[in-house]
Amino acid sequence: MRCDQVAEKLPEASEGTFALGRRERRHVESCLRCQAELVQYRKILRAMRAMRTEVLEASPGLLADILANIEEAGERHAIRSLLTGRRVAYLGGLAAAGAAGAAGAIVIAARNRSKARIRLAS
Amino acid sequence: MPTDVAELVAAAKEGDRSAFDELVRQTYAETYTLAYRLTGNEEDARDVAQDAYLRAFRGLNRFRGDAQFSTWLYRITANCAATFMGKRARNRHEALDEDTPLEDERPEVDPERRAHSLDLRDQLGAAISELPPKLRAVVVLRDIYDLPHEDIAAELGISVAAAKVRLHRARHKLRSTLFPEIDEVEARAV
Ligand SMILES: [Zn+2]
Repeated sequence: MRCDQVAEKLPEASEGTFALGRRERRHVESCLRCQAELVQYRKILRAMRAMRTEVLEASPGLLADILANIEEAGERHAIRSLLTGRRVAYLGGLAAAGAAGAAGAIVIAARNRSKARIRLAS
Repeated sequence: MPTDVAELVAAAKEGDRSAFDELVRQTYAETYTLAYRLTGNEEDARDVAQDAYLRAFRGLNRFRGDAQFSTWLYRITANCAATFMGKRARNRHEALDEDTPLEDERPEVDPERRAHSLDLRDQLGAAISELPPKLRAVVVLRDIYDLPHEDIAAELGISVAAAKVRLHRARHKLRSTLFPEIDEVEARAV
């Protein structure tokens, strides 16, 4: 088994050597070059996972903009609820029933609702 | 008002607007961070984050308690970013294809800077932002945010197999950017 045959598997193997077959694993165990490469992939993966906890400072005004958008969408939603109040209440009843048989009806109804939303939004 | 995310979600689902606003306050920096990592610039990240919260607000009833709210929000953000980048690419007639050669035309990281920066983390941030957008999205979602291949594929609108291929190429590209030595030895040997 040659390095280039094993190298193809090394990015996946950085998550765990289960990605390697028995012969590939044996090669890595005896090959310093492939070991070095695997260590590099693992270093990168560790650094990537550590990035999960990093939070960038959002540009000023972003929070206010998001909240203003939601406010506007909320108003449209409220108006729509007023216009289609009875239908929404009926759907609520269906959803509460939660019966398997009702699931299909809910999906169809939800599609209709999103169409209504698009019309109102435009 | 509750401060716990699960309680806030429950209240927001009941139509409590102030609960949803509080959810936004607690999560927007993280959402913005993901959006920035996916789009690579501040302005686009702002647009994507705003769009993501609008979609989250409208789709809150579809959020089930068995997933984490943060994961749900990551998925929405990923989807918004993919849509956003796709639209922009079409507008500019750019090919943001995964077939973009790995050795693209953009300038490499300044080798001087790379030599002087001993911090892998800093170099990694730069190397990620240099990746072609489609490779970047997959590696960010998988290796930083730990989303399953299936979720990544679903939000990016690609097959699981394609997501895995992109992940492979992205990891390979990152390694050869951050640790060029082995490839240089290889190149000399040919
Ligand atoms: Zn080897």
